[in-house]
Amino acid sequence: MSGNVQLLNDTLAAAKAEGRSALIAYLPAGFPTVDGGIEAIKAALDGGADVVEVGLPHSDPVLDGPVIQTADDIALRGGVRIADVMRTVREAHAATGKPILVMTYWNPIDRYGVERFTAELAEAGGAGCILPDLPVQESALWREHADKHGLATVFVVAPSSKDARLAEITAVGSGFVYAASLMGVTGTRGSVGAQAEDLVRRTRATTGIPVCVGLGVSNAAQAAEVAGFADGVIVGSAFVKRMLDAPDDAAGLEGVRTLAADLAKGVRGRA
Amino acid sequence: MPSNFFIPDPEGQVPTAEGYFGAFGGKFIPEALVAAVDEVAVEYDKAKSDPEFARELDDLLVHYTGRPSSLTEVPRFAAEAGGARVFLKREDLNHTGSHKINNVLGQALLTKRMGKTRVIAETGAGQHGVATATACALFGLDCTIYMGEIDTRRQALNVARMRMLGAEVIAVKSGSRTLKDAINEAFRDWVANVDRTHYLFGTVAGPHPFPAMVRDFHRVIGVEARRQLLEQAGRLPDAAIACVGGGSNAIGLFHAFIPDADVRLIGCEPAGHGIQSGEHAATLTAGEPGILHGSRSYVLQDDEGQITEPYSISAGLDYPGIGPEHSYLKDSGRGEYRAVTDDAAMQALRLLSRTEGIIPAIESAHALAGAIEVGKELGRDGLIVVNLSGRGDKDMDTAARYFGLYDTDAEVAADEAGTAEIEGDAK
Repeated sequence: MSGNVQLLNDTLAAAKAEGRSALIAYLPAGFPTVDGGIEAIKAALDGGADVVEVGLPHSDPVLDGPVIQTADDIALRGGVRIADVMRTVREAHAATGKPILVMTYWNPIDRYGVERFTAELAEAGGAGCILPDLPVQESALWREHADKHGLATVFVVAPSSKDARLAEITAVGSGFVYAASLMGVTGTRGSVGAQAEDLVRRTRATTGIPVCVGLGVSNAAQAAEVAGFADGVIVGSAFVKRMLDAPDDAAGLEGVRTLAADLAKGVRGRA
Repeated sequence: MPSNFFIPDPEGQVPTAEGYFGAFGGKFIPEALVAAVDEVAVEYDKAKSDPEFARELDDLLVHYTGRPSSLTEVPRFAAEAGGARVFLKREDLNHTGSHKINNVLGQALLTKRMGKTRVIAETGAGQHGVATATACALFGLDCTIYMGEIDTRRQALNVARMRMLGAEVIAVKSGSRTLKDAINEAFRDWVANVDRTHYLFGTVAGPHPFPAMVRDFHRVIGVEARRQLLEQAGRLPDAAIACVGGGSNAIGLFHAFIPDADVRLIGCEPAGHGIQSGEHAATLTAGEPGILHGSRSYVLQDDEGQITEPYSISAGLDYPGIGPEHSYLKDSGRGEYRAVTDDAAMQALRLLSRTEGIIPAIESAHALAGAIEVGKELGRDGLIVVNLSGRGDKDMDTAARYFGLYDTDAEVAADEAGTAEIEGDAK
């Protein structure tokens, strides 16, 4: 069975056809529990997210700030396994028909086996992967298997990426390009980096695939600002924070749904 | 004039341009760090062939560090090691008390060449942190040291030394709260502040070019030891022995001996409470290849690639990874790696103290315990060189508790109160 890279492409194209940015939500699998994590993803999609990135928790999340570190810790202490991540992808996709990606660090996939991982992710209905610590130079094996199974390879670009390097990255990436709005780890920020718009412009000069902006976006006003220049807005820590701060799981789900609805207005320029 | 003390690998066989030692190494880093890591590689390449860089570094290594370090024969200790002749390469006599200063001075000069004004570093036992804080004081650089919270307790003396030198010490409370987590936090800082900050990485792990560059700065250890052995013992050793955490002092000793096929290269990993107990940090003995902190190497991990929490009585060896060149030496058979328990290391620490009047760091005591085993295997004709990578002052609290050297419990309690004060943010 082939993965859902085409569904991802179609979803992003549909948002563009509506004259708006896509809303992409990040939520870790296994947080607060495996079933609770699946419900949170459904709530985000129900609230208005177009795409979800499911985090595969890692013991050493060097690119994540305290909020996602805390969620990863809770998930790992709860015993989350890769099979649980696959179940999360399968159930979230089956229930909503929306494109679901996995975001994680390279070592869990390297250890699990690239062929096994890509085959299982495609079978679960996944659309692709974002692997922020797998640079393009080390990515040939991954891409070979991802391509074979119909999965997108979403690369991250940063404000520090030079133009020649952007071209190298976008030449082999697929699905969309994840443009980091600022230099730093995940987490909510008061404002989106001023470098984001310039990075999107420089990235677009190298590719026709959509360029989506993440890191630091937490509210509808920021989403609207980013939607003014990017094809998609990626929000992670703000969703996780809603769940961490909620008095109970039901309130956490409601918080996710409400935030997704707010952000969905933002990406339509109605903040 | 060629440099006497900065002697990068003349062979240039490994690593490859992509930073690979056989199947190990590479550059697994976030995009935000690619430009900075590439800049380090370019600047290091330039520095390596610049006589002015070598002259500046040589001058520091001689007049500031005190190189060359002595080679000391230890016959009373050797009598307990099967009667083989044992020589210690005295990196403990370097300024700041360990081998770490060799690498730190090299990278501090590089920091200046790159025009960066701030340095961050991780530290386990505190030796790399102290050396880094020292170089930053010397060069007028801002300095932030990340140290696992558990390590700030067991190495409180070094926390105080770093703060005395003007560094900010941040106790890392995530994960296992030891060296691995200090490195994670330093990477997070670097991603956010890379414009003006150099990450002065302390061991031969991390993304290319760090494993090769840090090795080059420590290569002087083995080059000196080889020459000194020929002068003092009249021949090359049967074995060169060093402790292995990330692997910097070991690669420093080993590297000059790699072409000498008859010299066994023996790394001693921390077995903690024993490999079977699961409480150890013996990465090459019990790990599997994986990616941690920017390169492919052996890693202590579970079947799904989650890094497992290491344990060693020695904060400097308490790390679930290992430099990629050691993985390469292990798989090629050129290097031998054995595991040494906490208890064996502590016995060796006491033995050297009482037979030779030299108190080694607990890290280095792992190598001494290995030397006792190897000496017994070699017998009276054997000749061994051990890298005494650091001195034991910082470990006296741990040793005093281990051997019951404090007079009363009250003094232990008073000492703990003192530790708590140091941990507070009284800078």
